Amino acid sequence: MSDANSDDDWPPQIERRDFLFVSTGMMAAVGTAVAVWPFIDAMNPSADVQALATTEVDLEPIAAGQRITVIWRSQPVFIERRTPEQVAQAKADDDSPDLIDPATDASRVKSEEWLVVVGVCTHLGCVPLGQREGDERGEWGGWFCPCHGSHYDTSGRIRRGPAPRNLVVPPYELRDDGTVLIG
Amino acid sequence: MSKLEHHGTYTPTSGVGKWIDARMPLPRLMYDSFVAYPVPRNLNYAYTFGGILSIFLVIQIVTGIVLAMHYVPDATKAFDSVEHIMRDVNSGWLMRYMHQNGAHFFFLAVYLHIFRGLYYGSYKAPRELLWILGCIIYLLMMATAFMGYVLPWGQMSFWGATVITGFFTAFPVIGVPIQELLLGGFAVGDPTLNRFFSLHYLLPFMIAGVVILHVWALHVTGQTNPTGIEVKSKTDTVPFTPYATIKDAFALILFLALYAYFVFYMPNFLGHADNYIPADPMVTPAHIVPEWYFLPFYAILRAITFDIGPITAKLGGVIAMFSAVLVLFVVPWLDTSKVRSAVYRPWYKLAFWLFVINSVFLGWLGSQPAEGVYVALAQLSTAIYFGFFLIVMPVLGLVEKPRRLPNSITEAVLERSAKTGGGSPQLGDATASADKS
Repeated sequence: MSDANSDDDWPPQIERRDFLFVSTGMMAAVGTAVAVWPFIDAMNPSADVQALATTEVDLEPIAAGQRITVIWRSQPVFIERRTPEQVAQAKADDDSPDLIDPATDASRVKSEEWLVVVGVCTHLGCVPLGQREGDERGEWGGWFCPCHGSHYDTSGRIRRGPAPRNLVVPPYELRDDGTVLIG
Repeated sequence: MSKLEHHGTYTPTSGVGKWIDARMPLPRLMYDSFVAYPVPRNLNYAYTFGGILSIFLVIQIVTGIVLAMHYVPDATKAFDSVEHIMRDVNSGWLMRYMHQNGAHFFFLAVYLHIFRGLYYGSYKAPRELLWILGCIIYLLMMATAFMGYVLPWGQMSFWGATVITGFFTAFPVIGVPIQELLLGGFAVGDPTLNRFFSLHYLLPFMIAGVVILHVWALHVTGQTNPTGIEVKSKTDTVPFTPYATIKDAFALILFLALYAYFVFYMPNFLGHADNYIPADPMVTPAHIVPEWYFLPFYAILRAITFDIGPITAKLGGVIAMFSAVLVLFVVPWLDTSKVRSAVYRPWYKLAFWLFVINSVFLGWLGSQPAEGVYVALAQLSTAIYFGFFLIVMPVLGLVEKPRRLPNSITEAVLERSAKTGGGSPQLGDATASADKS
């Protein structure tokens, strides 16, 4: 490629040197990425944090209509023993047009009586009110997030407000001995 | 500065001075940058906030280093270690209150500095990079302030961190992994606190680095001034020292006096009482409100309550909030006017002040609950915010008829002093003699 204007040089020849440049550059890029990854990955949840990933709870003492909060993966999980009225209301709303994230009540529980949801608002992560006596429960009698005004119903579904999704149902298992294993 | 390329007049007198000057001319750089450096003669007090900001960066770093000697970044000890600083450490209360209120005053100064830039068109060619470097400093300041606010590990610290990192979950698929990467867990906790402390210590030094680039860019293009006319001759300028130095110093003293009043008499006025409650991951405070300097952006975040096509309200709010900051970066290309300063742009001047009022109003809305009439007002106010940048700036530059520009800074200054009947004859004489030379 001595003279760019000469016709002999067109199309440009791929030389051994070009190959060396490209392969060196690619090796450098891959090498940098490999070297940087441990630094980024070190910020991910560590083994001890991930190890705390199951929680077992005894459900016997919970009365109908009562709600308790347990901790799973350092986040609150709401467990409610629902009354028949609450279940009926949740089911009646299955086809309601104001469901933002449509889901039937049946798809969100393993047993009608027990509602188990992660108590973290799907908007920006606040803990919704409704667990304590006298708390505001929102217009649908479920939970109300005080941060930005999201209302959840008795199935933990988002009905009004900025939250995009229903309260998350964690993986859990209702056991025969009256306990629940979350995680 | 094109016509007035500044040539160093530094002449070391001592033997040591000459020895250093021949090897590493740092004293020469300082002399040329902060003593002999020519600045426009008509700079007003709006131009003193750059100096004030650099002093506040130093205050924050010095108090921060002392605080870090006593603070413990551990979720079980952080809150108590801050109280330990307040009660047991010698002058600890002073270090903490200076640091805490210093952040507020840092932001107060940076907002006045940014508004000054918007008013006088400081971002226009050839100062686009200077402006963008300033925007980067502002972004770094926001990140630093946010992480610093988490360190005392009070209720607002914890839930502020939860809400802000929750922004990332708005992005589909990658959102949750990114949030877990940032937090080092499934929720805000000990790993989060530790890394925020590490980064809170790092970022101010990155700010200092960008400040050096910012000042470098400033000294290449020279300062703007209230007329927006470039410096054309030596009579348009005065040496940085003593003129700008003494003006900056006086403004700094006034600003520090106000700062001291807050530090000594109302140190918690700008904070939230809830942050004196230790962080509780199971209970969210009834009202999560960010610090005042984030309130306008918080209002914009909450103003988007509707889905736009596939974009959920949550993602839309996050995008709008980030856009509200990022739009500043492209201001040099949004403003189409050939005239730099609002002094000669009657319509832009009006639009600017409406923008200022609207920004304050947005901030107030951000402090109110997100319901009822406040939501509609926040939507209107958000529309005005973006309208100023995306519609008013480009359109006004094309349709507005600017006032007549003076021929030079000197002419503008003399015209004004003639009009007010005041002015100083010495100045006029000095100008005349300087003109002759």
